[in-house]
Amino acid sequence: MTTDIIVDCILGALVLAIAYWVTIARESFAAAVGFVAYGLLLTLVWVRLGAIDVALMEGAIGSGLTGALLLRASSRLRAKEQSAAAEQSGVILRATVALVSMIGAAMLATAVLYLPDPAPTLAPEAAANASATGMANPVTNVLMAFRAMDTMLEKVVLLVALAGVWSLARDWLWGGRPGPRYRADPKAPLTLLAQMLPPLGIVVGIYMLWEGADAPGGAFQGGTIIAAMWLLAMIAGLTDAPPISNRSVRLALIAGPLLFLVVGFGGLWLGEAFLAYPVAYAKPLLLAIEFAMTLTVAVTLGLLIAGPAEREGAP
Amino acid sequence: MTTTVVFGLCGAAATGLGLYGVIVNPQPLRKILAFNLLSSGVFLFFGVVARRGSVSALGGDPVPQALVITGIVVAAAGTALAVTLLLRFFKATGSMTLSAGALAGAPADSIDE
Repeated sequence: MTTDIIVDCILGALVLAIAYWVTIARESFAAAVGFVAYGLLLTLVWVRLGAIDVALMEGAIGSGLTGALLLRASSRLRAKEQSAAAEQSGVILRATVALVSMIGAAMLATAVLYLPDPAPTLAPEAAANASATGMANPVTNVLMAFRAMDTMLEKVVLLVALAGVWSLARDWLWGGRPGPRYRADPKAPLTLLAQMLPPLGIVVGIYMLWEGADAPGGAFQGGTIIAAMWLLAMIAGLTDAPPISNRSVRLALIAGPLLFLVVGFGGLWLGEAFLAYPVAYAKPLLLAIEFAMTLTVAVTLGLLIAGPAEREGAP
Repeated sequence: MTTTVVFGLCGAAATGLGLYGVIVNPQPLRKILAFNLLSSGVFLFFGVVARRGSVSALGGDPVPQALVITGIVVAAAGTALAVTLLLRFFKATGSMTLSAGALAGAPADSIDE
């Protein structure tokens, strides 16, 4: 037990040291690299907290995808870094904010130390009702059935964010292809990697989706891995990003939320409630939604990273 | 000291650091990074609450865990939108800060064409 605590303390200290580095680092690029390391350590923290589903998510999205976004942005902005670094907040402002932040953190720390005991929990209810969906992973049950409304609305938030990203393109490029066209270099190691990894990655992604019913994993985690494989092939120049006006792209984007809505209104029509699944068909319905959602998550995340249209859409 | 207390305090400190970074760093990209630190600290609280709510059958309360999974995705989508907005701003003004001097007189859409 004591060894566990020592490991936890070391891990926590490392996490905070990197968080501090991310906050004070002089160069944005260094801070972004630090943020990726921070996310990976945080993944270990989530494993220590017994939340493997969240650990997978943090590693794939919190560290991986967000890290890729921030690294790309900081490398694009690097040329202007010098002039911007000269700009600094005044000493008085910094001292005041440091004091306020410390007070805030101390209040939160006090709240942690005085959390109610015994802790309120919905775990017994989640475990008792697991048989209704036919799935053994409690987190997937909560995401897909007990709090399905949250998950459906989250898909809609993703779509709104993507619409926001798209709308930042110049007017005459609307409907074009995002990002620069990367040229494939047949001798580059990246090309080899982009040829070898996606077949494996896609299998791993689908496996995660399938296993998510009974073990840690699920539609989000699987979809993120497939999105990463797509982005790898795009950056290596093996495939081009699709024009954002492409009809099959648009269909893939709405597949998840649309099926969710159809099933939701079906529940309403059959007399129970919005998003109430008939128990006899719960598992096949949930699997169908999860498959559609994996596709939507993969395409949405890939296009969110690819960014707004920067080229004409015509081939 | 238990695992939940250690990581709960860790979450509190990360939230404080993130708050400091969001206000003090003048560059938008650093604000976005700090905002992600802040949100990760808040997510850790959910993890701690979930862990404390574990019962014999489950290692943690699945409801906060599911909320965090939703939260991570929404935070990533928000970050993507913010970063794209920043890059577009940089393209339009050639500046990566929000100071008034950088905004005045920069010809629109003249940079990086």
